[in-house]
Amino acid sequence: MVLKKLFSKTEEKFFHSNTLQNNERHLGDYIFHNVTRLFAFFVLGLMLVMFLELFIESLPSINKFGLSFITSSEWNPVKDKYGALPFIFGTVYSSILALMIALPLSIGVAVFLTEVAPTWLEQPVSILVELLAAIPSIVYGLFGIFVLAPFLKNVVEPFLQTHFGFLPFFKGSFYGFGMLSAALILSIMILPIITSISRDVMKAIPDSLREGAYALGATKWETIKIVLISSRSGVLGATLLGFGRAIGETMAVTMVIGNRPEISLSLFDAGHTMASVLANEFTEATSSLYVSSLMEIGLLFFLITIIINSIARLIVNNVTKKYGKIA
Amino acid sequence: MEEYNSTKYKWRIRKSNIAVMFAVLSALLVLIPLFLILFYTVQQGISSINWDFFTQMPKPVGETGGGMANALVGSAILVLLGSALGIPVGVMSGIYLSEESDSFLPKSIRFLVEVLNGTPSIVIGIVAYITFVVPMKSFSALSGGIALGIIMIPLITRTTEEMVRLVPSTVREASFGLGIPKWKTTLHVILPAAMKGMLTGIILSIARAAGETAPLLFTALGNRFWSTNLDQPIASITVFIYDYAKAPFDDWNRQAWAASLVLIVFVTTLNVIFKIISRKRK
Amino acid sequence: MNSLTKTETIEKTTKPELKEKMSVKYLCAYFGDVQALSTVSMSIYKKRVLAIIGPSGCGKSTFIRCLNRMHEVVGGEYVGEIKLDDVDIKKFNSVILRRKVGMVFQKPNPFPTMSVFDNVVAGLKLNGFRNKSKLKEIAEDCLKKVALWDEVKDSLNKAGTSLSGGQQQRLCIARTIAVEPEVILMDEPASALDPISTAKIEELIFDLRKNYTIVIVTHNMQQAARVSDFTAFLYMGKLVEYNKTKKLFISPTEKRTEDYIAGRFG
Repeated sequence: MVLKKLFSKTEEKFFHSNTLQNNERHLGDYIFHNVTRLFAFFVLGLMLVMFLELFIESLPSINKFGLSFITSSEWNPVKDKYGALPFIFGTVYSSILALMIALPLSIGVAVFLTEVAPTWLEQPVSILVELLAAIPSIVYGLFGIFVLAPFLKNVVEPFLQTHFGFLPFFKGSFYGFGMLSAALILSIMILPIITSISRDVMKAIPDSLREGAYALGATKWETIKIVLISSRSGVLGATLLGFGRAIGETMAVTMVIGNRPEISLSLFDAGHTMASVLANEFTEATSSLYVSSLMEIGLLFFLITIIINSIARLIVNNVTKKYGKIA
Repeated sequence: MEEYNSTKYKWRIRKSNIAVMFAVLSALLVLIPLFLILFYTVQQGISSINWDFFTQMPKPVGETGGGMANALVGSAILVLLGSALGIPVGVMSGIYLSEESDSFLPKSIRFLVEVLNGTPSIVIGIVAYITFVVPMKSFSALSGGIALGIIMIPLITRTTEEMVRLVPSTVREASFGLGIPKWKTTLHVILPAAMKGMLTGIILSIARAAGETAPLLFTALGNRFWSTNLDQPIASITVFIYDYAKAPFDDWNRQAWAASLVLIVFVTTLNVIFKIISRKRK
Repeated sequence: MNSLTKTETIEKTTKPELKEKMSVKYLCAYFGDVQALSTVSMSIYKKRVLAIIGPSGCGKSTFIRCLNRMHEVVGGEYVGEIKLDDVDIKKFNSVILRRKVGMVFQKPNPFPTMSVFDNVVAGLKLNGFRNKSKLKEIAEDCLKKVALWDEVKDSLNKAGTSLSGGQQQRLCIARTIAVEPEVILMDEPASALDPISTAKIEELIFDLRKNYTIVIVTHNMQQAARVSDFTAFLYMGKLVEYNKTKKLFISPTEKRTEDYIAGRFG
């Protein structure tokens, strides 16, 4: 055929290529596939190495304290005695508080974006909310130190104490730095993730459902309630992801929580989280048991976030299967 | 008709209005901290931003003025190091995940990528410390860069996989139909088509890495002097902000705000680029 | 171009006898547990057009996707024997087989990031042909063969996806013949196109038949009657009737074929 005449002898091999190559896997395919696989295994290896290293490094502490490491609240580098309870408490307490603030607001914003806002407003508001997620946590910390903490100390905390001082949450003296400021900063930081996933889930609810509700004479709120009920599992997944985010947050919390290993219900008191104790004391740790105890905190921290994020992911992925890609 | 004017009906309408009000209010409320943060950063930081701030070294305690030239360069080096690790690993494993779908292994790797995405960055910092700083007996730019690279991996892997999957299967089939081997199909046909989307993932991960502080605390550590040595501690904008924010000097605090302003402008710019690219894709 | 006219005259003067290019025996194709085809056997003759007709879901697409083993790409399997030039296609490397047995798809699918020119020579370029001037000659030749040259010669560097649907489909055909396949499979190539583009594609098939063996899947019976030499009627994954097109349409032997052609079902 005419085209073939255009080619040199070597190129002609292409058209008369060896028809009976039975090695089905092309050599190039074989190499390429294995190279990509190698990189993917790197991720797998990375996780294993991370876990093993933390585990090995924390062995001295595990052997010395055993279970009492997580039940004891004494953290005393001078006596070389370490218990992680205050940090676990601080991490969980600050995150739960943050969630209590952020969740209703996030759902409110998600409802606003999907059900209330006119179309022209939807996009800009979404972008602004997502911008909150883009601000680095160190900037949140700076904001916490110089703006939020003084504001809390001078305005909010005196008010809370005079009016609600009978509650255990608002007892004791206040400095601005403490649980309350940590929870507030965290709530701002986790708002975008909960909002955007909830919004996507609600958006995925078919319009026919809303129309059906309106056609029955439901009010706006009753319609929204139906949408919320149908998207509850997605919102739950979003909430858990936000919770995981709050638990893992380090810098902003470290800068505003006050950094004292205390267990107190009062929002005015200083606290400490697993992340903040690592950030503060890791480079200063002197004795090997001290370092090892910090490593064990790191290990526990790692495991807790893995568990929470795994559950959250499973839920969100399930929702994704139902409604298409969410997050 | 009476029924429709009953108090119950009015109450339903009122309840609905309250709910809508709550939604509007929460949208407004959420935007307040954003504007406050932006406002304070600009207000506190702008006065310290001048040419010296970008070109001078930090001044010793007590002297005013000075800049963060070393921190800017340090952050750039750290992010470059991170990209050198994060981009190839992320892209390649993303390609692997997009090609394999059903079996146990890719599924578990996909899951681990999600877990890595949720792992607190300070934990990654500690691991980098154990693995690199302890054996090398020195804090180093290299260990910091690796920590940032690990943080970048999951985001890049995920977007690469998604974007490659978004390329219509008909394109892949057309290429197979021409007798083009699978790997060439992936490299020359699928990847160019997915490139824009992958780029957004890379940009976002760079923005994220540039804003990280926690993993640098025990790896790159920070440095008040000029250094570009990879085996020496190196300065970075974020650690600069952390140190200057904690310091009891007003001038330093102002410089922390100024550095934050620089960081926010950088991160926001990357996010805007991301938005533009992903808008075009639609 | 001299040689081209020469080959054409040769072909016109010597009426080629029927030679079997591909043969299919007892083909059963599966998607997982679902059987899409059962015991289909037929011959595909050299430089003839074979049309596969039948209602949707009858296994037409699966059938031609077996012929160049694209069926495997979507995770299907088959048993039975398919031969190309008397060699079992399972003995070929799938990449080489698909070079010999090219494919045109239902929806035009030009490579999204490539220009018109790059689309045409994609198959060659990606297999290591670098000689620019030769590639240009081939691109021109192929585009002329699909009657697209005059329409796109000034916009070879535009994106392939910027062309109209009918142009895109002809571009995809040009891309397929650029790698010089021996057999071209067409999976409803005109079903996504307007009537004028459809007519052009049909004309093109008629021209291509001089050099290539063509298997075309269509749900349009008039189209099958217009373009093909042989027609196979598939129904529920089984071959109902296979004959010369004229015979099949004028005097079908099977009742079901007659009903389908008459439009009584499907």
